[in-house]
Amino acid sequence: MAEARLSPRVIPDRLQSRGSRVLKSWESLLLVVAVLIFTINSFASPYFLDPWNLSDATFNFTEKAMIAFAMALVIISGEIDLSVASIIALSSTAMGLAVTMGADTPMLVVVGLGTGLLCGAVNGLLITGLGLPSIVVTIGTMSLFRGLSFIILGDQAFTGYPASFAYFGQGYVWWVFSFEFALFVLFALIYSVLLHKTNFGRAVYAIGNNQTAALFSGVRVGRVKFILFLLTGLMAGIASICLTSRLGSTRPSIALGVELEVVTMVVLGGVSILGGSGTIPGVVLAAFIMGMVTFGFGLLNVPGIVMSIFIGVLLISVIALPILWARARRRVAH
Amino acid sequence: MAKILKNREILLVIAIAALLVAITLRFPGFVAPANLARVYNDTSILIILALGQMAVILTRCIDLSMAANLALCGMVAAMINAAFPGVPIPLVILVVVALGALLGSINGLLVWKLDIPPIVVTLGTLTIYRGTIFLLSNGAWINAHQMSDAFKALPRAPLAGLPVLSWLSVLAIAAVYLLMTRTPVGRAFFAVGGNPHAAVYTGIDVGRTRFLAYCLSGALAGLSGYLWVSRYAVAYVDIAAGFELDIIAACVIGGISIAGGIGSVPGAVLGALFLGVIKNALPVVNISPFAQLAISGTVIIIAVAVNARTEKRKGRVILKKAEAV
Repeated sequence: MAEARLSPRVIPDRLQSRGSRVLKSWESLLLVVAVLIFTINSFASPYFLDPWNLSDATFNFTEKAMIAFAMALVIISGEIDLSVASIIALSSTAMGLAVTMGADTPMLVVVGLGTGLLCGAVNGLLITGLGLPSIVVTIGTMSLFRGLSFIILGDQAFTGYPASFAYFGQGYVWWVFSFEFALFVLFALIYSVLLHKTNFGRAVYAIGNNQTAALFSGVRVGRVKFILFLLTGLMAGIASICLTSRLGSTRPSIALGVELEVVTMVVLGGVSILGGSGTIPGVVLAAFIMGMVTFGFGLLNVPGIVMSIFIGVLLISVIALPILWARARRRVAH
Repeated sequence: MAKILKNREILLVIAIAALLVAITLRFPGFVAPANLARVYNDTSILIILALGQMAVILTRCIDLSMAANLALCGMVAAMINAAFPGVPIPLVILVVVALGALLGSINGLLVWKLDIPPIVVTLGTLTIYRGTIFLLSNGAWINAHQMSDAFKALPRAPLAGLPVLSWLSVLAIAAVYLLMTRTPVGRAFFAVGGNPHAAVYTGIDVGRTRFLAYCLSGALAGLSGYLWVSRYAVAYVDIAAGFELDIIAACVIGGISIAGGIGSVPGAVLGALFLGVIKNALPVVNISPFAQLAISGTVIIIAVAVNARTEKRKGRVILKKAEAV
């Protein structure tokens, strides 16, 4: 859906200094918002600043954020993957099925990751192999993957996961730091390096900015995109292991609507939905903001659906405000 | 022959006919006229919604908030009726259509005036509209006994052999068809989606056209809101949750290009009917209703693959350009 802007492009007379660029960046704005929300929350509820409560709060975003890292790369490359929540459901169902066949914990992990990779490969093949638009393909696979879980499970549920399987979603690495949080930090580092320090990351930006130019510059566009969808599938598989382990059961409606939250997180993190720009630190901050907001509201007994209104308003306003701000400044300048 | 196979509408008619034949082999009663009328009636709401979504997709946008808009308007209709049973039903419909158009215009304004990508806007308003239903109703249901008889009866009332619901969808099809083919704004939808830059040079305001498309989809969602709530005689926060995907699926199956500019009213209607026949046939041929989601997913993928193939063969390549923009 990317298209050229009709307005002329303004090229500044001199470039901004590094310092002012950092100060004016989206990430610093997010940091301010995060600190603000943290402060408001600690005043609004006396229970907020408890280390264990804060640790619990991280579960609100760790699973989604892990997917959001891979989704950020997909969106930067100018594509989108709306099927992630359904991949979670299908992986979880596959693991449940494996349990009934007597699989042990390592086997379950293999099944979960394998299903995620397989789903990602299906998306990637349809999008890069057949050249189909990712938004429609992933709407299709979103129905297909969850539909398969419904066929397998119907109105039943899988439970009876082995006790050792509970570690992924309920275990703690050290003091209040959960296994999921450690995984979140690890993936934040891995994806930061991948996007910002490797040739692969540069290729992702190049594709998002101008696919044709990237192709003519020797970037293997199809292969890079295929890997991105594979990665997203893999991350959804990992998230599925964590979520299934945390809940201890599988229903076909597991993680319903999570794709919206993941996309919101990515866009809130400053990734352009049109592709070509965005950073992983931005997504990390957005994950913290969304997690803190939902947790703070939870402590204040605000129902989940009202939180979703807030997230929706946040999503639109974080994109609208800079545009309005730039316009107001232009008006003042004239 | 090759030309016929490239024509999406004819292809769909053949597909639907083949589907009907296959069902009839297992269950002859399915193609009885009375049952077909029932299937059409059951698909009416999807058809109305697909017409609105089509206008939006034609202009290179997308409206993910339609189902949430429908649910909000349906809840408002039910609440008006529950609180003031004396208000005439046409007035209630008028109010929710206006409300739907207003909600659609919010999407349209954000896309037009602020240049926010449509998918982000409607993803945001989707959650906002859904949440607003909760704020209005406090999560409570409005059940059949709280609605007046007239409120529930209208879509079911028979008129010349078909329920009013079916007639309303026929009316909507005719109106949107005329709009698309006989009015400047209808042609503008195609022009904007086909080539926004060229549209600007022909004097079309791209943003305003998109705004109008969103108003249309909103108004149709508002109408569907009343129809949905009165037909199923219940209103709650989650009605039609996830239905936005069915609407988009109907459009994609109907050959409306997600890249904008390509599509037709008969295509959208047939796409919706195709889904409607599948949905109604599953229980008849003893396939678990749980399979429906997976089937519609598969159909979407096949349809988009077919779309891509037909869209590719468009004249001669004069200026060699790398694939996909």
